[in-house]
Amino acid sequence: MSLKRKDLLSLAPLSVDEIRLLLETADSFKEVTGREIKKVPALRGRTVVNLFFEPSTRTRTSFELAAKRLSADVINFSPSSSSVVKGETLLDTARNIEAMQADIIVLRHPSAGAAETLARGVKSSVINAGDGWHEHPTQGLLDLYTIRDRGLSFEGLRVAIIGDVAHSRVARSNIHALVKLGAEVRLVGPPTMMPFGVEKLGVRVYYNFDEALRGVQVIMMLRLQLERQGIALFPTIREYARLYGLTAERVRLADPGAIVMHPGPINRGVEIAPDVADSLSSVILDQVANGVAVRMGILYLLSGAS
Amino acid sequence: MMLSGERQAERVVMDAGDIARAVTRIAHEILERNKGVQALGLVGIRTGGVYLAHRLVKRIQEIESASVPIGELDITLYRDDLSLRKEQPILRKTSVPFDISDKIIVLVDDVLFTGRTIRAAMDGLIDLGRPAEIQLAVLVDRGHRQLPIKANYIGKNLPTAREEKVQVLLEESGEDDRVVILKP
Repeated sequence: MSLKRKDLLSLAPLSVDEIRLLLETADSFKEVTGREIKKVPALRGRTVVNLFFEPSTRTRTSFELAAKRLSADVINFSPSSSSVVKGETLLDTARNIEAMQADIIVLRHPSAGAAETLARGVKSSVINAGDGWHEHPTQGLLDLYTIRDRGLSFEGLRVAIIGDVAHSRVARSNIHALVKLGAEVRLVGPPTMMPFGVEKLGVRVYYNFDEALRGVQVIMMLRLQLERQGIALFPTIREYARLYGLTAERVRLADPGAIVMHPGPINRGVEIAPDVADSLSSVILDQVANGVAVRMGILYLLSGAS
Repeated sequence: MMLSGERQAERVVMDAGDIARAVTRIAHEILERNKGVQALGLVGIRTGGVYLAHRLVKRIQEIESASVPIGELDITLYRDDLSLRKEQPILRKTSVPFDISDKIIVLVDDVLFTGRTIRAAMDGLIDLGRPAEIQLAVLVDRGHRQLPIKANYIGKNLPTAREEKVQVLLEESGEDDRVVILKP
């Protein structure tokens, strides 16, 4: 079994075997990140370009660290400091980067499908680091890795995903992968944040948080994107926090030993109570740590010669 | 277990008894050269080397009534042909659960051929610490070195043609213990 893909654009088209390969490969890199010398020569001489059209610290740093630990050269490209502000198109920017012998381009872009467009236009491998409301496959994989790392198996696993599902690429990647792996996925949020017809993906929709939490082993909170709330999807933040915020009391409705996840950055006191974020059931910082190992695995698997 | 009729023509060059005796002799040689198990550690190279390392440790334990720490090394990330391959090989886990610094580490592999695997293994090992010494034990040395590497302990010297394939088949992977040469 090997990954016969040039790019990693979304989790939707991946087979179960491909997902398992990605997770198992991350295992080896988890060992590497635990060493005193956290570096291996696997990607020596390769160039990885982080092309980020949206602000991001966590994902960009995680990719940068992953590439560096594989001994690749890393360049960070962000539009504010580049010719994009002068009107260059995405593809032209990427072709220029490619002309400088970039082997892998990591793209974050506000438009859904940007990674796919880019992948068709360049010979370099493209990794989608988030495209609009579409997908964020590496976040999805690190979430899966964290779940598996906690000794939970996916078959029959009960997972609740809570928040603004409609505008969440993290939710989309997780839904595709979890359903494929045999998990029971419950989506929770106000109707204004639930995409129309989402049940077709094989999930159940709940509008009552407490009801959805019963028996779940994984509570996956989504970040309330306060910067997007100009479009009034709910009356007040206080009301949202009361109806869909995760409190210690609510955690008790879930399976004993349930884990709490969040892709970060967290809004304390809005979607998650501070004591829950800092509790033993929270695996939020494990997600961040695992992210580096998972991305090392993805970079490694996509780095085959073209 | 596969029937020999399903394979290419294979010639058995070591049988189960030969392998057992070679392992016993190498265990004795390791003890003799290092004057016991003091500061000794064995690291097997995945996959065949790991099985042999476990057998050696067991034998050493029987001879000396002392245990020797054992580790498993996956050398994939240190290969020198990674940038040439179209698809990257499957990674397995490296697990060396003891500090190798200042230890005498015996690397164990099944077949010594070009020496490239051993070069990669030494790089991998040194990333984990600074051993006092690295020694090399192999079940079969088939020649055709491409790097200046030599084994300290050899089960059998096996003259081969370059295009022939040597396989060490062990019980641990569901085969009858034997070493075979496959004709191309």
